[in-house]
Amino acid sequence: MNWDAWLPLFIILISLLVALAIFPLAEEKVKTRISLNLGGALLKLVLVGFMLWGVYNGHHYETRLPFLPGLDLVLRADALSMLFVVLSTGLWFLTTVYAVGYLEDSPHRSRFFGFFSLCVTATIGVALAGNLITFLLFYELLTLATYPLIVHRGTEASRKAGRTYLIYTIGGGALLLIGTIWLYSLSGTLEFTTRGFLSAVDRSHHPALVIIFVLLIAGLGVKAALIPLHGWLPQSMVAPAPVSALLHAVAVVKAGAFGIIRVVYDVFGIEFSASLGVTLPLAIVAASTIIYGSLRALFQDDLKRRLAFSTVSQVSYIVLGIAIVGPLATIGGLVHLVHQGVMKITLFFCAGNLAETLGIHKVSEMSGVGKRMPWTMVAFTIGTLGMIGAPPLAGFISKWYLGMGALEAGQGWVVFVLAGSSLLNAGYFLPILYAAWFKEPVGNWPAERSFGHYETSLALLLPPLVTALLAVLLGLFASAPFSPYSWSQFITTLEYAP
Amino acid sequence: MVILLPIVAALSCFLWPGRSIWIGLINTFTIVLSVAGLSLQVVEQGAGRYAVGGWEAPLGIALVSDGLSLLMLMVTAVVGLAISVYSSCYFNQDKARHFWPLWMLLWAALNALFLSADIFNIYVTLELMGLAAVALVALAGGKNSLGAAMRYLLVSLLGSLFYLLGVVLLYHSFGTVDMSLLAQRLESSPAVWAAMGLMTSGLLLKTALFPLHFWLPPAHGNAPAPVSALLSALVVKASFYILLRLWLEVFPVASFEAGQLLGLLGAAAVLWGGVLALRQTRLKLMIAYSTVMQIGYLFLAFPLASIAGWKAAVYLLLSHALAKTAMFMAAGNILLYEGHDRIAELDRVAQRLPMTLGAFALAGVSLMGLPPSGGFIGKWLLLEAAIRSGQWWWGIVLIAGGLLTGAYVFKVIGFAFTQSNLPHESRAVPIGMEWAALFMAMLAIGLGFIAPWILSIMDTGSPFGVATR
Repeated sequence: MNWDAWLPLFIILISLLVALAIFPLAEEKVKTRISLNLGGALLKLVLVGFMLWGVYNGHHYETRLPFLPGLDLVLRADALSMLFVVLSTGLWFLTTVYAVGYLEDSPHRSRFFGFFSLCVTATIGVALAGNLITFLLFYELLTLATYPLIVHRGTEASRKAGRTYLIYTIGGGALLLIGTIWLYSLSGTLEFTTRGFLSAVDRSHHPALVIIFVLLIAGLGVKAALIPLHGWLPQSMVAPAPVSALLHAVAVVKAGAFGIIRVVYDVFGIEFSASLGVTLPLAIVAASTIIYGSLRALFQDDLKRRLAFSTVSQVSYIVLGIAIVGPLATIGGLVHLVHQGVMKITLFFCAGNLAETLGIHKVSEMSGVGKRMPWTMVAFTIGTLGMIGAPPLAGFISKWYLGMGALEAGQGWVVFVLAGSSLLNAGYFLPILYAAWFKEPVGNWPAERSFGHYETSLALLLPPLVTALLAVLLGLFASAPFSPYSWSQFITTLEYAP
Repeated sequence: MVILLPIVAALSCFLWPGRSIWIGLINTFTIVLSVAGLSLQVVEQGAGRYAVGGWEAPLGIALVSDGLSLLMLMVTAVVGLAISVYSSCYFNQDKARHFWPLWMLLWAALNALFLSADIFNIYVTLELMGLAAVALVALAGGKNSLGAAMRYLLVSLLGSLFYLLGVVLLYHSFGTVDMSLLAQRLESSPAVWAAMGLMTSGLLLKTALFPLHFWLPPAHGNAPAPVSALLSALVVKASFYILLRLWLEVFPVASFEAGQLLGLLGAAAVLWGGVLALRQTRLKLMIAYSTVMQIGYLFLAFPLASIAGWKAAVYLLLSHALAKTAMFMAAGNILLYEGHDRIAELDRVAQRLPMTLGAFALAGVSLMGLPPSGGFIGKWLLLEAAIRSGQWWWGIVLIAGGLLTGAYVFKVIGFAFTQSNLPHESRAVPIGMEWAALFMAMLAIGLGFIAPWILSIMDTGSPFGVATR
């Protein structure tokens, strides 16, 4: 048997098996569950590292299973999918550590971790999908696996959020399905191909292709939270902190953004999309989402809601990078996929720490918190500065290349959008930092708990510190081999015809 | 063999009522084994034709097993296995002595129906099936279910009567009741049109296609859980199977408009059934309306028949049979556990009956047509056929139906996740019943991964080979 042909499938199966093993576990078996979780995550990390090395050296990993007549289930590790796979596997590991600490003593942990693993299975599947139907399959699985996580708390509010989430995502899934089938009937294939497979389609079908493009992007835009399809994201903040962290940084939102990348580059092909005239409207939608999300974030007092609107805005950087047709902007967009994930997960971890340790949920309660929880706030500060785009942090790299790319493509207006957004980011993040570090605390914390020696429990503290450190390193060593930046360059050279 | 076994079983259950459970279970396994044997034979040697007692058509009774009837037999066997296991825990001794003979009789009728090669034989089995089904509905006792059973009986008899009239007309005109001979001799004439109209409307009544669905929700909603599962999964499918055979094999003269009409009724059933299912407050009634809706999907095959739409419909049929069995079983578990099935009060079932709820959710995924599931494959094939033939409006119906299904399935699941501290009087659910439900739901999902295999079986003996090309 050929090892290369089974590795992608195996990587997906690990977390699926972990999920299936965890579901029937009794609540009290904490140790078994933790070792299953962490063991699965570690094993996966190792395999993914191995695969990354292989892909870099030109190995071809592909699993192909018959699915429908003429259509296969294809899992393939190409350069683009590795970017997303590495991101999700790495952050999954950290989030698992965090979630173990976060959910100590709360009910239904087996259910939670089961769906949690299922969710990661779906995310990796989305990343490795080698054609549109495989992508669709895992994309829908992701919808289903995240629903129980969002309603996990079982309150009226979380049920309502879950319903909103479903209405948006299932609707989006339906659009995606229509688009996919229509595309299949026109082209006869759904295989992702570098630079797209549609330029050969007869000219008379081009209007239909434009409609299909709109359908697909609308379906994916629901998860990527493009306006006006972003409504579910701020609502689903009622979920536990590890879930929000995962939803925002890795799983759901990124699956949408990643899907848009796939559709634009590997289905339509960037140059063909440009010739259809669909990239400029997409860029405009992305730009308005960036500004709108930032504006809404300014007025949120709930910390997690503020972060949620910030995500709405930040994810559209990725889309914007794609929609500006030009190699440099592409690099900016792709690299932001990773950078935003690392930074945003830091912020959500920190928000979770504040809520769990001190009972802080609102920005207005954060005065002086820097003295009580210095390490958490250091991580938070790094995350926010990165978001604003201060050099030498990771966020700066993305913004720099987006701006350069826009100028290169002759779309100067984008620079104004970026500058405006940075100002707005500063507007909603800096007051938090100021309050946390320089203001005196007012009275007692809402609900303080003591975790012994450290400011909070180690399982909660370490993950944000690690991700914050990553955000710094990604910025400082952007040009090192295997950094997301050099990897994005590698992808970009493939996507643009020489 | 496949037909005789359950008949023998029915008789022996009748003779030794005390041991009917064991006789039933043992026979279930033997039937499943013999169906498996038959499948192997057909897959290896292609479609077979047997003349019972050596009498060839048009005189004797002929049995035909091609890919389509084989799949129907197989799904019946799988569903039957689960139902048998489930019922062995569900019924108490008193009910069991009535249940098992009837169930075995029903199984015999179903198997005979799927294997029959002539339309008169089909009539006999159809009648047998109808009577057994009616008796099973009445098994729950109580005013509601007796009323429902009575109505079901009348509908069933009326449907069979119409069908029989059609058979008589055809026999009078062409002197045979064998389907393949009929197909050769048939020519367009008023008598044929009348026969076709009669048979079709009789079968539509039995299949409960909108607007003839009025009898189904009370009958399915009031019967005991395993019986509801049987009726929804298999019995209504049997009359659909006959329709499919008749329209594609015997009456290929059927016009484009007639196909569109059936499709239109199907579309109406999808939307109407979906809306009504969403408005139900009782779980079992909701599932029953969902059956009305899913039957609508099946009829979308008729306008699309020429482009292999029938394969899509059969795929949907198979996955619906599995998923609906799981769903009714899950509903039965919940009913047993909570003592009621009002959807608004289902809190905490998720916590206390995780396997049952898991079964319900997985079955729901298949019904919605989300990947990966059998329902998804069926829907994909049907959508593809719709777009290929330029009849995209059927595609819209499919998508809208999927969204409606999503709405009512998640209505239930959402309620089940809420925390509540209402003290419930609850009764333990036997583990066999939970496993049976979960097993069926997993099969419905698994059907999403073996499409090439199933589709190749459908091609065996190429049923409707001429009509589809």
